[in-house]
Amino acid sequence: MIQAVSDPIIRVRDVTVQFGKTRVLDGLDLDVKRGEILGFVGPSGAGKSVLTRTIIGLVPKLSGNIEVFGVDLDAADRAGRRAVERRWGVLFQQGALFSSLTVRQNIQFPVREYLKVSQRLLDEIMVAKLVMVGLRPDVADRFPSELSGGMIKRVALARALALDPELVFLDEPTSGLDPIGAGDFDELVRTLQRTLGLTVFMVTHDLDSLYTACDRIAVLGNGKIIAAGSMADMQASEHPWLRQYFHGKRARAVMG
Amino acid sequence: MNGSPDLQRSADGNALALRATGAWTAPFAPALERLVADAEKLAGKAGNVSIDVSQVSKLDTFGAWLIERLRRSFTTGTVEARIDGLSANYASLVDEVRRVSLAPGDDAINVTITGMLGQIGRSVAGIVGTVAALIDMLGAVIVASGRVLIHPRSFRLTSTIHHLEQVCWRAVPIIVLITFLIGCIIAQQGIFHFRRFGADIFVVDMLGVLVLREIGVLLVAIMIAGRSGSAYTAELGSMKMREEIDALRTMGFDPIEVLILPRMLALVIALPILSFLGDIAALYGGGLVAWFYGGVDPEAFLLRLRDAISIDHFTVGLLKAPVMAAVIGIVACVEGLAVEGSAESLGRHTTSSVVKGIFFVIVMDGVFAIFFAAVGM
Repeated sequence: MIQAVSDPIIRVRDVTVQFGKTRVLDGLDLDVKRGEILGFVGPSGAGKSVLTRTIIGLVPKLSGNIEVFGVDLDAADRAGRRAVERRWGVLFQQGALFSSLTVRQNIQFPVREYLKVSQRLLDEIMVAKLVMVGLRPDVADRFPSELSGGMIKRVALARALALDPELVFLDEPTSGLDPIGAGDFDELVRTLQRTLGLTVFMVTHDLDSLYTACDRIAVLGNGKIIAAGSMADMQASEHPWLRQYFHGKRARAVMG
Repeated sequence: MNGSPDLQRSADGNALALRATGAWTAPFAPALERLVADAEKLAGKAGNVSIDVSQVSKLDTFGAWLIERLRRSFTTGTVEARIDGLSANYASLVDEVRRVSLAPGDDAINVTITGMLGQIGRSVAGIVGTVAALIDMLGAVIVASGRVLIHPRSFRLTSTIHHLEQVCWRAVPIIVLITFLIGCIIAQQGIFHFRRFGADIFVVDMLGVLVLREIGVLLVAIMIAGRSGSAYTAELGSMKMREEIDALRTMGFDPIEVLILPRMLALVIALPILSFLGDIAALYGGGLVAWFYGGVDPEAFLLRLRDAISIDHFTVGLLKAPVMAAVIGIVACVEGLAVEGSAESLGRHTTSSVVKGIFFVIVMDGVFAIFFAAVGM
């Protein structure tokens, strides 16, 4: 739906993040292009989630510059920030559904905040989102504690998509799902990206996801992006970690 | 770059042509909803309806759904409304929303007389459930203590000491401060009113009996129910929410033995100690006020106190303390284990832990008053 335009939707320049004395991100540069699904990988504890949270603004950075939709979030005033926040959706690792609200209320929550529309439209949009993420509308009145892990991820995705964002951040969307469920989820992300023209920033460990869902892959190591490119580029890379990751036993099993 | 949306109508005989223009996206949703609602009023009057969307500059789920809603409301048994001019980009989105079938939504909860009566009935029945749960927990704790007595090695000493530090040592400053202030207030009020009868000195009797028998232990128990009972409920409740208690069970540990017994024991040890400190602080505060405000010097105060109170008053107070601790602990643990999956449930049970804890402390105090009167203490 949206042609890949060359200007990046997220532009990260020379970002440094430090917790105490540990430097997690060290002068990191990254571009995410409009309309692509970027898979973001790296060893555990390398700071993948930290970068995501820094871009969203949950973690303060020591130095550097981040632009989302061409807006520098440090320079933006409150209204400017809110305008940007409205255009992205975030799927947290554990779903982060509001436990005291039903599925219906969870999905309607951001819509109700930002748009003055009738309850009827809210309900209809909620059902549409549930159908889109592959759930039946009858889960609407359940509480998050009554859902399975896979359903929680799907509802959280529906909530992230509630306002039809242009950009979604997915933090390990397939972790904790069975392989079939994870495969379905990858398929779902691809479908939604096609139909809604989303840009997807996906932190993942799942080789299957990288292989089936992502257009481009960026690898984080030592606080920097050590490689970015297509799956073929990754497999051709000589970097030791990349070789191990993309040519290990599990990788061979995936790529057959 | 995106014009605000519009929906133009042109009727040609029996046929109605609708032409959507502009951006049909979420930010314009309120306006779009009005446009669609206006157009829907024509449903049933027109025979052949076409919806032209070729001029739509931007479309998202909100827009696609509203166009789909329009199509549905114009589609009757015989005629089907058409969507024309759909660009390939948006076709998959429109197909996606076409799959949506609306189930009749649940109506809001009905507020009726029978419903309200039913609610009262359930609350009353709930009291029985609460008492049963408390007795159940008491039994479980006694059984677990029995097991620990037989196998002393399974006793969790480290955990008990940790909780003792939390509920006893760290509570000392606030308990001493509060009881000191209450002692001062009782003495001041006593002197103020007794002075009219020239009975200033009797304030020492009142202070001694009141503090040692009732106020000391009651105040400390209420403070501890608020301070430690709530903490126990929140700790156990969030452990329950994260399935930590289930994990303990599957590893062959008894949650009562591992989690609840150390907490109960810590409270039962802490409350008498804190009550004792509270008694001293209140008497000290009362003594200071009696000296500076009432002119009763410390020597006279102590002499009078020695005559006014017997060891019985002190024993009565301290005997009550461990029982009240057990009540607070059991209520807190029952509530903690009753927490379900949501944050709201955790909040509700923590509140209810404090409220029920204080309620049962006061009830127990009443029972003790009757008991001690009967045995003549």
